[in-house]
Amino acid sequence: MGKRKDPHETRMPERRDFLAKTLKSLGLAATGGLVWAGYITEGRSAPFVLRPPGALAERQFLASCIKCGMCVEACPYDALELAKPEDDTPIGTPYFVPRTTPCYMCRDIPCVPACPTGSLDKSLVSEKDNAGELILNINLAKMGLAVIDRDTCIAYAGIQCDACYRACPLIDRAITVEYTRIERTGKHAMLAPVVHSDICTGCGLCENACVTRKASIFILPREIAMGESSERYVKGWDARDEERLKDTTGEVTTETPRSGRSPIDYLNEDIQ
Amino acid sequence: MIQNKYLISRRITQIAVLFLFFSGNAFGWNLLRGNLSSAKVLNLIPLSDPFAVIQSFSAGAAIAGDALLGAIVITAIYAAAGGRIFCSWVCPVNMVTDLANRIRSILKLDSSEQVRGISRGVRYWVLALSIVLSIILGVGAFEWISPIGALHRGIVYGIGAGWAFVLVVFLFDLFVMKHGFCGHVCPLGGFYSIIGRFGFLRIWYEHEKCTLCQKCVDICPEKQVLHMVGKESAPVLSGECINCGRCIEVCDVNAVRFGNIYKKDIVTI
Repeated sequence: MGKRKDPHETRMPERRDFLAKTLKSLGLAATGGLVWAGYITEGRSAPFVLRPPGALAERQFLASCIKCGMCVEACPYDALELAKPEDDTPIGTPYFVPRTTPCYMCRDIPCVPACPTGSLDKSLVSEKDNAGELILNINLAKMGLAVIDRDTCIAYAGIQCDACYRACPLIDRAITVEYTRIERTGKHAMLAPVVHSDICTGCGLCENACVTRKASIFILPREIAMGESSERYVKGWDARDEERLKDTTGEVTTETPRSGRSPIDYLNEDIQ
Repeated sequence: MIQNKYLISRRITQIAVLFLFFSGNAFGWNLLRGNLSSAKVLNLIPLSDPFAVIQSFSAGAAIAGDALLGAIVITAIYAAAGGRIFCSWVCPVNMVTDLANRIRSILKLDSSEQVRGISRGVRYWVLALSIVLSIILGVGAFEWISPIGALHRGIVYGIGAGWAFVLVVFLFDLFVMKHGFCGHVCPLGGFYSIIGRFGFLRIWYEHEKCTLCQKCVDICPEKQVLHMVGKESAPVLSGECINCGRCIEVCDVNAVRFGNIYKKDIVTI
């Protein structure tokens, strides 16, 4: 406040002061809050990150992970790391880089029970045995999905390489090799690796084993690597695909601006 | 009696806690594993930062099990102990800001404090803002930017560019504001001020012995808690007192000492 004489100031200096102070505090809080929120939003939008097995969906994971590093300590292969500010990953959260160290898919999954917050959820990597007890099964993990770049994969060029296939802990299930005739030479076979998304855990042993300079098979988060088809397209011959119909009402409708009108109108509307 | 015995013990405690966390990760010792966000003692007793857990709740996470139990344990410990014992005896940032303050007094930068001071209450605003932003953004808002987290996590698991967060605090305290971060801004300090308000351990001031030299007020990082100095004998009841014991160490006439909330002299160390 300036030294200027103000008739109101002598009458109600406290009220003026109070209002000015409140305004100042609110302004400060708003400025700080916006910068702060902007910084968080910026950092949060980095989805190219692979989480330990049993991790909740990314949004829930970020809400609940307390950044304690117990999973990092539990990992016998030192695959996990807590993100540093420069790592392009939300700060302090655990992640792994398969090309450096993949997940070796321990049977007892030590990182999961170590988590104090449930951000690594045991139920996501367990199945019920006959007695109804949850038994850990690392093969159920969905850390990511292996994706192949066919243009750089040397197996797709006809060179015999099965490094990823041999490295896969779920060999012949998550990665299979498909034999096709190479038309160009007319007498050779191509042994091409193919990834199956329903089995692949995203452990990254394939990416780690890939012989090309930059891995031609690499793990992406499943939300990025995979599409999603609606309930209209169900493979009726596949019992597992039919399960997608479980929670649907059976009535799938699509509302468009034209929905209210009869199809005949649509067919005739350009004919005067 | 050793001069600065509390200061020395505090440094030993702060460094020991960090070392035990570090050795948990580096050598596999089981005494203390994790970090200050969440930890386990002897693979048995869970400890968690209650403020971090509250932020997680605000962000919409269903925290149960060890983290929740650990948060209750930590809250109970600090609530019973009283004051901000975490801040002065455990938090590693305290060493950073104390260093900044030391350099500040050597360089005689203290005169600018009055001019650029902001309210001590800002920490409660930041505390409230942490909760609000956690609710809106769905992540622990303070945990995302915390220099405390960057430092203790960095010491245990590799700091990377996390030193920049710590440097910001150091420079802020050195050049911008005396006791700026720990004394004004830090919401975790604000949180423990509230938690420690009714705890046991208190600084007691005896007016009859006091020579009004003001050394205790000069050294105190939270001067407002010593409002009774020169006026009346009383305990420091404010939760903002960090129980660092610096006032006791600088007093030449033993007019200040640790006691419990009901009676002075009950704690004789």
